[in-house]
Amino acid sequence: MAEELNFICTACPQGCSLTVLMENGEVIEVTGNSCKKGLDYAQAETSDPRRMVATTVKIHNGFHPLLPVYTERPVPKPMIPQVLAEIRKVEVEAPVVMKSVVLENVLGTGINVLASRSMPAKG
Amino acid sequence: MLAKQIYDVVVVGSGPGGVAAAIEAKKAGADDVLIIERDTELGGILLQCIHNGFGLELLKEDLPGPGYAQHFIEEMLSLHVEVLLNTMVMDITPQRHLFLSSKEHGYVEIEARAIVLAMGCRERTRAQIRIPGYRPNGIYTAGTAQRWVNVEGYMPGKEVVILGSGDIGMIMARRMTFEGAHVERVLEIQSYLSGLSRNLVQCLQDYNIPLQLNHTIKRILGKNRVEAIEAVQVDEKWNFVPGTEEVIPCDTLLLSVGLIPENELSRQAGVKLDPVTSGPYVDESFQTNVPGIFAAGNVVHVYDLVDWVSEAGFSAGKSAAQFAIALRNAEARYTPLIAGKNVRYVVPHKLDKSTLEQEDIRLQMRVTRPIEQPVWVEVHDGENLITRKAERYVRPGEMVTVILKTKNYADVAKSRQLTIDINPR
Repeated sequence: MAEELNFICTACPQGCSLTVLMENGEVIEVTGNSCKKGLDYAQAETSDPRRMVATTVKIHNGFHPLLPVYTERPVPKPMIPQVLAEIRKVEVEAPVVMKSVVLENVLGTGINVLASRSMPAKG
Repeated sequence: MLAKQIYDVVVVGSGPGGVAAAIEAKKAGADDVLIIERDTELGGILLQCIHNGFGLELLKEDLPGPGYAQHFIEEMLSLHVEVLLNTMVMDITPQRHLFLSSKEHGYVEIEARAIVLAMGCRERTRAQIRIPGYRPNGIYTAGTAQRWVNVEGYMPGKEVVILGSGDIGMIMARRMTFEGAHVERVLEIQSYLSGLSRNLVQCLQDYNIPLQLNHTIKRILGKNRVEAIEAVQVDEKWNFVPGTEEVIPCDTLLLSVGLIPENELSRQAGVKLDPVTSGPYVDESFQTNVPGIFAAGNVVHVYDLVDWVSEAGFSAGKSAAQFAIALRNAEARYTPLIAGKNVRYVVPHKLDKSTLEQEDIRLQMRVTRPIEQPVWVEVHDGENLITRKAERYVRPGEMVTVILKTKNYADVAKSRQLTIDINPR
């Protein structure tokens, strides 16, 4: 018995409405997508949904008190609260260069957390 | 001091539109490009948009806002664009003079051959949507809250209701959740989502934040601090539906109810605005109705994607450079003639250098006072004497003439302006 799922693809800002036919936990058909990213998204969303996480960490002696950071790749959706909690423990020292690693291999996911921008030291 | 008094292109605002315009103006051959920013650093509002999703189209990379900004800022700086921070543009005239108030330089007037307006937009506030009730603490635009949470490190509150389903509102719903607040719900007066669908999924649905369409706020409760809001359903004409009121306790209300292009400066410069977009009327090169004044990005109309703002900036910057270069060439063709010592005026006021290559040009002038002794009538370029003529005396009632000869062409061609002085021999 095929099961039909409807959701919105978040792979790009276009936001296509996907219709996904599932059978025995496998994707058998995807419609509504306008590119290949939609197929990959449907596959991932039904097996291992992931999201990019962006937040801030405390920076000492920085031009601003916070440094924005992001995960270099999407992390498993159910892990987002723990990922945020791990990132919250991090404190860095200015100056920082954009895309430098502020937290390596967060929670064993193999995914690094990177600085979203360079941050010079205070004045 | 500023490096120059006259610039080929001056860009107002260093968000994505302005930075792209400065980059492309340089690449298209503009010599002196100046970018003016009122904040303490370059980048504009992208610096507080720490979520990712920027650059997918232009850079084929999923970057957070500050990273996207930095990418283009670095390119701009490598092209030697002059930067002025902490500086407000107070006024722009249709003749492209700009009046600046700068922390470092004080009050300054500069001139531009072309200007790119890239002031972006600002958020609509409570005043523009007329919510009745007290004016307690705890009501912010989503963008203000975003600046506090992402840049300055302050939390606006703990129990949050968001009015409006614009992208910034939905993004702030997720962001406030990440930082430990509880977002009770998002209310939207229209029957449809006002932001992108992807944000409905990844900002609201992922965190079980309810979105209520056809709903708005009837009044705000709380005198010193927001204590609750009264939500109500609306019909298709946005009239309240009686009996649908619901009091929702909260300490914070964020507004995400639309953006307005920021065009006070444009208006001062004589730029005509479209009442629908609230931005300037522009042609395909992003030129406004005022020749030499261009506009790009959210100052023209509000975009969904920053990538498209950058593209608009590239177009406007290129057009501005072309305008400036054409003007510079026209300026270079003519040499102004300046009445110097003891000279009241000179006719002609300027001369076309290419004419002098073909034929002699007679300069006529009158003196300011009689000089009853032999004099030289001298034509010079500020450093070198180009020609001179002896007179036994000069009197205001008798016109003085001196002839620039074709053999003077080589000297005149190099000059920026010519001055005529009358000195005793």
